[in-house]
Amino acid sequence: MKPTDTSNYQHFLKVVDCQHACPAHTPVPEYIRLIAEKRYTDAYMINWQSNVFPGILGRVCDRPCEPACRRGRVEEKPVAICRLKRVAADYKEDINRYIPTTPKQKNGKRIALIGAGPASLTVARDLLPHGYDVVLYERDDKAGGMMRSQIPAFRLPETVLDEELSYILNMGVEAHFGEEISSLKNLIDSNFDAIFIGTGAPQGRWLSIKGHDKNKGEIDTGINWLSSVTFDHTTSAPKRVVVLGGGNTAMDCCRTAKRLGAEEVTVLVRSSFEAMKASPWEKEDAQAEGIEIKPNYTPLEYVFEEDKFKGVLFERVESIYDATGNRTLKETGETLLVECDQVLVAVGQDTAFPWIERDIGLRFNKWGQPALNKATLQSTIENVFFGGDAAFGPENIISAVANGHQAAISMDLFCQNKNAETERPESGFNLISQKMGIHEWSFQSKISQDKRKNVPHIEWEQAIKELNTEVELGFDEKLALEEAHRCLNCDVHTVFTESTCIECSACEDVCPMDCINFVEVDEKQKTSTEQQIKSQLRVQEINPNQDLLVSDKLKTGHLMIKDEDVCLHCGLCAERCPTGAWDMKKLTLDNIGATIK
Amino acid sequence: MSFEKSKFHHPRLAVNDLGLTYRDYEGSLSTLCAGCGHDAISSAVVQACYELSIEPHKVAKMSGIGCSSKSPTYFLNKAHGFNSVHGRMPSVATGANLANRDLTYIGMSGDGDSASIGMGQFAHVVRRQLDMLYMVANNGVYGLTKGQLAATSDKGAKNKAGEQSLFTDIDLCVMALQLGATFVARSFSGDKKQLVPLIKAALSHQGFAFIDIVSPCVTFNNQPTSTRSYDYVHEHVTTAAIADYVPVKKEITSEVADGESEDICLHDGSLMRIHKLDKKYQTTDAMQAIVDIERHKKQGEILTGLFYLEPTCSHFHEMNNTNDTPLNKLNQDALCPGSRVLTGINNSFR
Repeated sequence: MKPTDTSNYQHFLKVVDCQHACPAHTPVPEYIRLIAEKRYTDAYMINWQSNVFPGILGRVCDRPCEPACRRGRVEEKPVAICRLKRVAADYKEDINRYIPTTPKQKNGKRIALIGAGPASLTVARDLLPHGYDVVLYERDDKAGGMMRSQIPAFRLPETVLDEELSYILNMGVEAHFGEEISSLKNLIDSNFDAIFIGTGAPQGRWLSIKGHDKNKGEIDTGINWLSSVTFDHTTSAPKRVVVLGGGNTAMDCCRTAKRLGAEEVTVLVRSSFEAMKASPWEKEDAQAEGIEIKPNYTPLEYVFEEDKFKGVLFERVESIYDATGNRTLKETGETLLVECDQVLVAVGQDTAFPWIERDIGLRFNKWGQPALNKATLQSTIENVFFGGDAAFGPENIISAVANGHQAAISMDLFCQNKNAETERPESGFNLISQKMGIHEWSFQSKISQDKRKNVPHIEWEQAIKELNTEVELGFDEKLALEEAHRCLNCDVHTVFTESTCIECSACEDVCPMDCINFVEVDEKQKTSTEQQIKSQLRVQEINPNQDLLVSDKLKTGHLMIKDEDVCLHCGLCAERCPTGAWDMKKLTLDNIGATIK
Repeated sequence: MSFEKSKFHHPRLAVNDLGLTYRDYEGSLSTLCAGCGHDAISSAVVQACYELSIEPHKVAKMSGIGCSSKSPTYFLNKAHGFNSVHGRMPSVATGANLANRDLTYIGMSGDGDSASIGMGQFAHVVRRQLDMLYMVANNGVYGLTKGQLAATSDKGAKNKAGEQSLFTDIDLCVMALQLGATFVARSFSGDKKQLVPLIKAALSHQGFAFIDIVSPCVTFNNQPTSTRSYDYVHEHVTTAAIADYVPVKKEITSEVADGESEDICLHDGSLMRIHKLDKKYQTTDAMQAIVDIERHKKQGEILTGLFYLEPTCSHFHEMNNTNDTPLNKLNQDALCPGSRVLTGINNSFR
């Protein structure tokens, strides 16, 4: 086992689990600290720099950061990172003056973006300040893509969406709304230096079960229906609605149907309740609004009686998991007819590229997805790039943003005749001591014992009556500050310097989490040094995916081993170190986009 | 200001027979200098008491004055404690022990508290064979008064201010051996692998147990001219045997091999297993122990480990044939039987 390589940022970034788990590597602890200082505008801009849509994501992000939050390793629940992001958006001042300006002198390169969703708009934002001419094509009348058409306004108000989209559109995008691209070949021929395809996964999946062909409009895909609600083509729902599927789209469908007047809304899903794909909080909210979720039912047939739609016939199934965690559904033979007037099918969605000619050199893989270089998002046509759901199938907004950054770097390199893979920039990094004096740090090193705060919401009775009223109210300032103090500041690293350590064991003794170990390793022994180290840890490690911080040999030949996994970043090790061998240093990355790989 | 230790602990932290984690044996967060050896001693006491599953409220922490004597605040928050006058801890400990023999007594003292102002007290508590663990955190200087040389400072060593020690040093282990202590050991605060088993054995020993612990003063005696600095001790420390403490309940699986290991059975049935690095080493001869200590000192080495153990000794209460029930559990009538009994006693002298 070699000493940890501290000559680059990799080890340190991995310790900031929330940031590492965020596809766009948003510096989460940094903006939470700014919120704790009531510097909401700065917190917003830190977000805007990396995730582009803080107000939107502060409401509807999939939050991969929260399960990663190390607070969840030492107590029940992680920090409400997503809701704090919204706090920054809610309480910020006018940020227009901080938006980068687009140079009047262009660089002579023209970029086409297809689709005005989060991926394309991220590319636009990243490239406009460099002098690119950015031309955007969107088949809908407004920008936003799935953020507008598929996410209901009671989760994401239109004003929030419009505001954040306008920051980018106003930077100087040449936007063509209501213009659908029907041929990639024609676009390639029209002299763009690079083309970015961010058309999402716009095609809802149908269920081709018995009765499907008799559909005269009683059965619709969830995303079609949500989109028709968004654009006011659908303004009411019948009395009884059945939603098929267990993802977030299913949750949006059932809650929207309730608001449009449906009295009995039932969600039926094949999986168990726990295994449903929808975020736990979406399930909770749907149930709070009086929607019944029936897990373990698989649809067999759309039932029609004399051509009149009657309902859906289901069979109850059981989920059986094998040793590797693969699920199979065991039929029970027990059926259930759920009578209803409308079925919304929300069982998945796909990309759709009927407008890409198959003879122009753009290769597709066996799943019908474009063949891409994962590092550059470049397709087999060298100036055509993909991102968002269009690239790898349905993911989420924050992944689309991350793809946008990645593709923007590639396109910029490509337009400068550089190799997008081998000449990619690497981010610089710095570790800056946070010591201000004796027992004084520039961050809140005292660990809050508070439990996670719940987000206030409007009354559920009111919520189900108003289609466009946002349900969640967001944290007020008091709750926000308390929640912000729960953050463990994982970006303030415990940095160890071997040469100054006198091996007094003060750090080992004081560490509340038993992270720090001084171990003896004998290279002549048969067991590997790694095994020797792990067997000597004060407490056996829980999470082997979190690398240990391994020092070089100390004066006595011992090694310092720190289990980073449950470190609270309380700074006591540095506080109790007589020689400054431990210091609390904040990690800063100067090009976060380049760290997305 | 962040000086607070979080109550969060490692989710996998083990518990002892009482269902307590070692964190339950901690005291307040230390206000001693960062890197003080005394904090490592506190941590070793915490670990030892946790591993022995001692009920914290059945311990009494006794101390005098000095950095060392502040240390009891930093372990066993739930234990009883008495911070007495400078050098007078042994008297107070004796009194407490007389009143309640059921408690485990841990005396924490320093080189000033024991080898200077409290020298007489120290000598007599050893003679008395009080059933207690007496620890001296020995750093060779008076840290609390900014680093004057202490009586345990090696002759010729210089303190941080450049003052040289002109007088012969007092070796408290040698003194304890001469005065009849039945458990004598020396250790180093920076070596918990050695220190924790020694403390566990000393706590299990019924009789007077003395451990002299080299505990560097990081602020006033950690300079290159010091013989008590971390670097100097790391380089000059030596041991004749590694001692393991084997509790009663643990089944003894490996047999003692070729005379290089020795098991000593303590009063309560637990074992002190000695792995000898020096074949001539033995723990049963106090005279030999004194010779060994002095010989290593001449060679410029600091000998550590268990020097002497007499497991079948008798202690103060046995020697004085005192009451089995602690005085504090006797009722008023038993403690103060009244004038009729007094008259009887007086009459017996007539």
